[in-house]
Amino acid sequence: MKLVVAIVRPEKVNDVLEALYKAEVRGLTISRVQGHGGETDEVQTYRGTTVKVELHEKVRFEIGVSDSFVAPTVRAIMSAARTGEVGDGKIFVLPVEKVYRIRTGEEDTAAVTPVA
Amino acid sequence: MKKLRLLGALAVGAGSVALAQDPELSAADTAWMLVATGLVLLMTPALAFFYGGLVRSKSALNTMMMSFVALGFVGVAWALVGYSIALSPGGNNFIGDLHFAFLHGVSLENKGAVAAITIPHLLWMAFQGTFCIITAALVSGSIVERMRFPAYLLFMTLWSVAVYAPLAKWVWGGGFLADLGAWDFAGGTVVHINAGISGLVAALVLGSRKDFGRQAILPHNVPFVLLGAALLWFGWFGFNAGSAWGASQSASIAFVNTMLAPAATLVMWALLDLTRTGKVTAVGVATAIVVGLVVITPAAGYVSATSALLMGAIGAFPSYFVMLWRARSRLDDSLDVFAGHGIGGMTGAILTGVFGQKVIAGVEVGYFNGLLAGNPQQVLIQAFAVLIAVGYSALMTFILLKLVGVITPLRASAKDEATGMDVTQHGEEGYTSGEGAILVLESGEPRGKPAAAKG
Repeated sequence: MKLVVAIVRPEKVNDVLEALYKAEVRGLTISRVQGHGGETDEVQTYRGTTVKVELHEKVRFEIGVSDSFVAPTVRAIMSAARTGEVGDGKIFVLPVEKVYRIRTGEEDTAAVTPVA
Repeated sequence: MKKLRLLGALAVGAGSVALAQDPELSAADTAWMLVATGLVLLMTPALAFFYGGLVRSKSALNTMMMSFVALGFVGVAWALVGYSIALSPGGNNFIGDLHFAFLHGVSLENKGAVAAITIPHLLWMAFQGTFCIITAALVSGSIVERMRFPAYLLFMTLWSVAVYAPLAKWVWGGGFLADLGAWDFAGGTVVHINAGISGLVAALVLGSRKDFGRQAILPHNVPFVLLGAALLWFGWFGFNAGSAWGASQSASIAFVNTMLAPAATLVMWALLDLTRTGKVTAVGVATAIVVGLVVITPAAGYVSATSALLMGAIGAFPSYFVMLWRARSRLDDSLDVFAGHGIGGMTGAILTGVFGQKVIAGVEVGYFNGLLAGNPQQVLIQAFAVLIAVGYSALMTFILLKLVGVITPLRASAKDEATGMDVTQHGEEGYTSGEGAILVLESGEPRGKPAAAKG
């Protein structure tokens, strides 16, 4: 089992959700985050006060998947979130020790299998 | 006893009744028109809130700016040439001349204007200018979240002179529609049909937003929408009752009708919502208010209070169903300028020909009888004026957009559109967190550096 963590552009969230749905990935958590990944900074001016915005709004996906689902999940995110410009984000795949479904107590692969 | 509409209009049918001389300047009329002009000017910022609340937060500033800049660019264009083209006595039946260009000869006396007025000519110019400003701003609702701002500025300024001014001439400046006997009290044709059709054409020329029909695009601030609708209604009392050009019985009936028609529209709209979905919506109520105001605009001083209630109620239906259709179509007239102002304006203009009456509430303040008062021909005249406005507005908007497109690209890039128009067009955000922003010092010298101590 793996935890796929992806940081993507906010404007690409809908596309990513659509692609994940098509790849039959059902369980996911998203959060709005701010960060910096080496992209160019955007300059804003308010009445002569010029500021560089160093932290960019992004959205983080966290998806727990069984091993056979890692590649399709990564592929779906990669194709849907890509614009080709700097700032498209990253995908991290982390090992997972245990997963439990709270409602039933199911463990591991059973716990990340969508409810029929 | 003020029947001081256009000199040209007075000559319609009744054999040439020319006014012997200008009427007296009236302090009371001037007082009301000073207030009315301020009220109408407020409608443009009100529209900014109405429109701004309806778009996504990443385009809130851009959308509001499209209305706010009209206060400057269109206001200046109106003073320099627009007023002259629209409302100079010279020229012909189709277009004014440059007699009043740069406000040359527009005095503080109530003389020299194309209409017989009892207020300073300059004030009348300003009052008419506030109409031009909001009409240009109205068009922006069709093309939000995708038009490059410089292209918009150029288009809007040219549009105010080339599209608004001639239409104003035809209807209020003694032009050919006035000669035909088409009546438009406060701008159903000149303002609303004009803006609605121009918006429709602009939406078609620019194409839809990238996300339109692919994902939900939700209003980011519905309280803003309600605030905008409230301020629009308040300003509209100046718009409609001010169009009597004086503090009169005519202004009073227009004022009352401006209160009653939207009330009826709101009720009908709420009931439509309720029967269709089981819920009355806030955006629906705000929209209903504006549609009711649009419908009563051409008729405000020409119909009785009960007719205004009927017009408001009837007027809910066409706009409501056109909006339902539009949302499911491929047409991204983003904020429904066509359904609200175009369709509402046409409904109002036609119904003006149905409900118009000379004697209202015991006093002869109207100027013509409509269908119900025994003059069915009026409906045809009104319909003809609608057709002319639709044709001219559509054609000229198309030509202007093509022209501007040759000078500078109309559309923002797909990337800019995705990022949001606020940051890409204005370098600002409507809602900043303030986190992660680092101050850039222009001089390169850090500020507040202590001077080196000298021994």
